[in-house]
Amino acid sequence: MLEFIIGLYEGFLANPAVEIWQDPAYFIQNVAGGLMVGILYSLVALGYVLIYKASGVFNFAQPMMAIFATLALIMFHDKVLFPAIGTGYGLTIVLAIIGSMVMMLILALLVERLMLRPLVNQPEIILFMATIGLYYFLEGFGETMFNKIANSPVPMESLGMEIGPFFVGGVMFQKVDATAAAVAAVMVILLAVMFQKTSVGRALRAVADDHQAALSVGIPLSVMWVVVWVVAGAVALVSGLMWGASAGAVDFGMVFVALKALPVLILGGFTSIPGVIIGGLIIGVGERIAEIYWSPYLGDSIESWFAYILALIVLIYRPEGLFGEKLIERI
Amino acid sequence: MNATARKKANENAETMLSVEHVSLSFGGVKAIRNVSFDIRKGEIRAIIGPNGAGKTSMLNVINGFYHPQEGTITFKGEKRSDMRPHIAATQGIARTFQNVALFKGMTTLDNIMSGRTLRMKRNMFWQALYFGPARREELEHREYVEEVIDFLEIQHIRRQPVGKLPYGLQKRVELGRALAMEPDLLLLDEPMAGMNLEEKEDMSRFVIDVSEEFGTTVALIEHDMGVVMDLSDRVVVLDHGVLIADGTPDEVQSNQDVIDAYLGISH
Repeated sequence: MLEFIIGLYEGFLANPAVEIWQDPAYFIQNVAGGLMVGILYSLVALGYVLIYKASGVFNFAQPMMAIFATLALIMFHDKVLFPAIGTGYGLTIVLAIIGSMVMMLILALLVERLMLRPLVNQPEIILFMATIGLYYFLEGFGETMFNKIANSPVPMESLGMEIGPFFVGGVMFQKVDATAAAVAAVMVILLAVMFQKTSVGRALRAVADDHQAALSVGIPLSVMWVVVWVVAGAVALVSGLMWGASAGAVDFGMVFVALKALPVLILGGFTSIPGVIIGGLIIGVGERIAEIYWSPYLGDSIESWFAYILALIVLIYRPEGLFGEKLIERI
Repeated sequence: MNATARKKANENAETMLSVEHVSLSFGGVKAIRNVSFDIRKGEIRAIIGPNGAGKTSMLNVINGFYHPQEGTITFKGEKRSDMRPHIAATQGIARTFQNVALFKGMTTLDNIMSGRTLRMKRNMFWQALYFGPARREELEHREYVEEVIDFLEIQHIRRQPVGKLPYGLQKRVELGRALAMEPDLLLLDEPMAGMNLEEKEDMSRFVIDVSEEFGTTVALIEHDMGVVMDLSDRVVVLDHGVLIADGTPDEVQSNQDVIDAYLGISH
């Protein structure tokens, strides 16, 4: 028994600590790498939080929206605009982004009209089921529409993104990852200000809290839903672009990586924007470090399950997540 | 102004809202059957009746949550076969709910600010920017909201999330949110339910002050007969969805149908 405990101690704490001590640069390298992956998880999770906060709907289709929006952008860019006007001093990419966002706007209008409005005041689980339907619709429709460009790379050059590593104090970073992190940071700040400081944000929070009360003060429910689905569409586009850039190409298989957003949500709390950012970072770094230092004892592919175990532990001790709002219910 | 003087003043007042021959049913359940009454400008109108009489359904018809199968609602001279919540709010109808419907995660201040939604002139795009004209406008509305907060004496809880407040205070915040809309017609669904005597007296005072200082027309549902008799100018009595009496508190009190409805009839 004692031997077993000592073994655990050596394997999980002492040996990793010695390894870190002997090669700190390698450790920092991996922490940095983990942070970069984490911020990508956070971006996908952010889309879920937005829609959940504003309409109480857990949008299962969010990662599919990311792939859909990104493929739409690539299609506009590669097949329509680039052949016609070349790089056009950045005009191509701007038009492609607008084109993709118009598609997300149309999607938002259709979702509000055909899905949310008929299901108003229904239990959350019904709306959740509807978003599963949306997921498969987007997958099928997307495969038909974009089958020629699936597996295409993101137009890095037009976006002004560079590929390759750079070094800070002997630690290697990928330029793509750094760009993604910067974009994510800017988005999070913008969204936080919008939600907390503006009247649109207040109206969105009001709608999330109580549909009837929101209606009674004259908040137009349907407009707010369209607004939030468009914003979630924008987040989807950005997260799809960043994932695609760091993975090399965009295809429908990316959706499985996006599943990591679920433990991020559980960890950070479904209603907290800062929560999902920190949740994403914790999971990104945690799984990378665990993979490297614990794989001699737990076997390989820790990265594929670590996030879920972590989420499970959080669920047991803090079901509202690290930063989520505690539910107060009067009985 | 005492109650009698106010009643006199109201007698010749114009009609603000009238419902005519309204019937509402949910499947086989007839919640309201052929009910007609009016609400005059500036009065405090009570809607009373035993449980399940259709009082809340009536308020829901007036502000457009429910759409009656028959009848019309005329508000400010415009006749409609049904209301829509957004139109009701735009036209100046504010309301509170039987089971407080506040935005529980938000602070008192944000809850009451949400009542200003329709008063914001800038469009969504500007509002989302937070800077410039939208910011100035936000501050103007903030001033009005502070007045409402002072009026309701809830300064001390302005930064607290309302979900954590005691019930009596939640009801007061909900009234504040409705007042922030600067409504012409205020619908109160059991504003004093679950309150102790002191809280009831406070709330009664606020309702009278709203009516007298702002000239707001009030329609309220209430179970406490003492409160109803003190506050209201005229009373509508519903029972099983049917209007059984309509008149001054004294008239209604002595009406045999009303007594039967409340006490039951011996067969």
